[in-house]
Amino acid sequence: MADLSIDFCGVKSPNPFWLASAPPTNTGAQVMRAFEAGWGGAVWKTLGNPIVNVSSRFGGVDYGGMRMMGLNNIELITDRPLEVNLREMAEVKKRFPDHVLVASLMVDTREEWHEIIKKVEGVGCDAIELNFGCPHGMCERGMGSAVGAEPEVLEKLTGWVLEAATTPVIVKLTPNVGDITVPAQAALRAGAHAVSLINTVKSIIGVDLDSMVPIPQVGGASSNGGYCGPAVKPIALHLLGQTGQVFDRPISGIGGISDWRDAAEFIALGSTTVQVCTAVMHYGYRIVEDMIEGLSDYLDEKGMASVSELVGKASGQYKDWGDLDLNHHVVAEINEDKCIGCQLCFVACMDGSHQCIHIPGMDDDEKRQKGHVAFPTVVPDRAVTAVGGTPGARVPWVHEEECVGCNLCKLVCPVDDCISMVERRKGDAKETWNDRTRAGKDWVPGGLDATKKARGITD
Amino acid sequence: MSAYSVPDTRLEAKLGDKKPAYTRAEAIAEANRCIYCVDAPCVKACPTSIDIPTFIHKIRTDNVKGAARTILSANLLGYSCARVCPVEVLCAGDCVYNEWERPAIQIGRLQRYATEVAMQAEPDLVARTKKAPTGRKIACIGAGPASLACAGHLALEGHSVTLFEKKTVPGGLNTLGIAPYKLQATDALKEIAFIQGLGDVQIKTGVGVVCNHAKDDEVDAVSLLEDFDAVFIGIGLGPDNFMGIEGENGPGVVGATYYIERLKSHPDLTLDGIKNVVVVGGGNTAIDIARQLALLGVDNVSMLYRGEAAKMPGYGHEMDGARRETVRLVENRQPTKIVRAEDGSLIGVEVAVMKDKKPVPGQTEVIEADLVAMAIGQSRLTDLAAAFDGVDLDDRGRVLVDEATCRTGHAQVYAGGDCVNGGKEVVNAAEHGKRAARAMHAAFAEG
Repeated sequence: MADLSIDFCGVKSPNPFWLASAPPTNTGAQVMRAFEAGWGGAVWKTLGNPIVNVSSRFGGVDYGGMRMMGLNNIELITDRPLEVNLREMAEVKKRFPDHVLVASLMVDTREEWHEIIKKVEGVGCDAIELNFGCPHGMCERGMGSAVGAEPEVLEKLTGWVLEAATTPVIVKLTPNVGDITVPAQAALRAGAHAVSLINTVKSIIGVDLDSMVPIPQVGGASSNGGYCGPAVKPIALHLLGQTGQVFDRPISGIGGISDWRDAAEFIALGSTTVQVCTAVMHYGYRIVEDMIEGLSDYLDEKGMASVSELVGKASGQYKDWGDLDLNHHVVAEINEDKCIGCQLCFVACMDGSHQCIHIPGMDDDEKRQKGHVAFPTVVPDRAVTAVGGTPGARVPWVHEEECVGCNLCKLVCPVDDCISMVERRKGDAKETWNDRTRAGKDWVPGGLDATKKARGITD
Repeated sequence: MSAYSVPDTRLEAKLGDKKPAYTRAEAIAEANRCIYCVDAPCVKACPTSIDIPTFIHKIRTDNVKGAARTILSANLLGYSCARVCPVEVLCAGDCVYNEWERPAIQIGRLQRYATEVAMQAEPDLVARTKKAPTGRKIACIGAGPASLACAGHLALEGHSVTLFEKKTVPGGLNTLGIAPYKLQATDALKEIAFIQGLGDVQIKTGVGVVCNHAKDDEVDAVSLLEDFDAVFIGIGLGPDNFMGIEGENGPGVVGATYYIERLKSHPDLTLDGIKNVVVVGGGNTAIDIARQLALLGVDNVSMLYRGEAAKMPGYGHEMDGARRETVRLVENRQPTKIVRAEDGSLIGVEVAVMKDKKPVPGQTEVIEADLVAMAIGQSRLTDLAAAFDGVDLDDRGRVLVDEATCRTGHAQVYAGGDCVNGGKEVVNAAEHGKRAARAMHAAFAEG
């Protein structure tokens, strides 16, 4: 069984699964229940000057009958007295010395930072996370994402923290910026030991069309909140990938992680630990059992003895578009034994892609009417035979010469493994856009006609 | 590969699955319907308390091995139970969706998917967790579901188990009694290979355990206590009951479980020339044999029940299935005589018309039959259990045990399955086997 323990900036964690700073880490009793369920670490609900919260606080997006594909919140940092939090943190650390306890902090002045760092390190926290990402409420007061969006301020405040901190310092980044590498580099310059990302994405979850108030409602009004949950995972993975290209220290990945596979993807793209919130808010701490088991089985299957071996394994394969091989070419292939004749691939290709999927039995006039632009002489006529297939339906056929290999038909096909993409290389050698422009064979300065000439196109 | 086999020519092999295996996409789609209840009614309805929402959640995340672990840790016969459990009246019957008038989660099919896929991918998934040998020896009398579950749980704890089975093929009703469209004998035997793979589990087939007078191929029950640290009695039920009516003894009148066993294991049994079958009884065994015969092509299969259809003990969903397969239920009828020709060949069944389960005087009729199957219960194998000092039976011949431990009045003797509950589901037997195994393990630990 693979070793799931991990070293994060010198902090040892029994596994890479941490709870993100959020409602699930609001109290000591909660964190202790989470550790008992199997979570390796917890980032405490952000501590700072006392605030007052509103009611209500959360809004959800359902999709396809599933609840909470996305969640948004306008809750602020902890509304409990600092002393109570500190006392409970000390108790957690006493009862769970081998689990990781990270203090998330958000204060204003240099003196406040120094003061609060002393207090949290005094109760035994293993690391400090700087909340430079909260995109609602606190940012209006010059904290949270207001800091994360200003690299110079971020650098200065991180510097203040490092003056006082004796434990590793993690800067939590906000996705609400144009280029994540700018704040990531500012954190690096300041000397942060690690970054965590992403915090929530600025959002309005919806509008109540009866009351004409956005959601969630507070009295007769609402405010923008922070979006999280499965919906933000692709955004988080991208920002993680980008950050990893400029930040060569440990990263704690956050954003829509709900199961072991999500976690494995974040780790493969460069996270050393992962932080989870929405999935726990939805289903409870119990989901960690599946995460531990699934990740462990996956590592065993891949012959990896430790989760450390997975960290960053996919990072090298995340590249700029200009470095992708233009001679790599795939075409769709439809398995006639599995096709049920629903024609979703056909309509997707006709209306959403390159009109290369044909339904057998049409003459050229019908094809033209349907929108085809190429007219193959033979379209194989195959009857649908799969279980659940439409009686009398024909299996659509891919005109390979016209197929650009976009994947759309495969994505919309409701049957597993019915459509597969098979390789038809355009050339043996690898050639990228960057290769072509460097060789003067493609885009060149000097206008459209100059590029046309460089490409060897004559009228 | 199982060490045991049944002939490929057996009749049941002609029947397909009523509920075919899910593909991965189908399983994940169905798993995604589950709302992952915390205080889940399905778990409470499962006799083995499988954490159903958790294993379904694991299917959703594609952690199929984890799903199988969750199932098998609660029920080592999770694979066969997935296929044979009447989920309609157990877990799925209590799914919250029923009250919302939405189809209940297909828990049985999801459980089959998880156990089948995981055991295929990693046959030693559970066996890897077995503990070092303890030197303790346990004898199981009978190799049906209760004994197999008991043996599997004990083997994982490092104990050595020997099962004594009087038939030539192990598995009891799981191999020889389950409706083929739910589970074929070959699949039941695969599960036995899985159980044997969990540790030191020996099966002695063709060895009957008897009280007194042990012949060469028999073992004396009480003497087992000399060679073993504990004994588990999982002997199930005895032969089919008959009515004791005129003409019953003779060709064409068979016991239902006996005949089902032949459908599932006889190399050259045929139904040639059988057009009219009368099944006597209104329980699940009656429905089972009626459905099997109808599916195997018998034109007219009639079930006779002495009371009203609405009060039949068989499951409603099973009877609905039987009707769809052309089985005819004749309510308020009770056989009074088997009608035979002079040469003894079967003509039919004379039945009395019943009202409130009592015959209406003077009203009889004859129903034509080429085969009559008696499905009115099975006898008890009471003598064997009672041979042990301290083992008591209730007034219906069931072995009395402590509910939590399945321990009998004899400190080293445990019992479970049909011989204790009078004839319930495979899953009930599996739970008994598990409880007995855990209690034995705890008793060994105490010394």
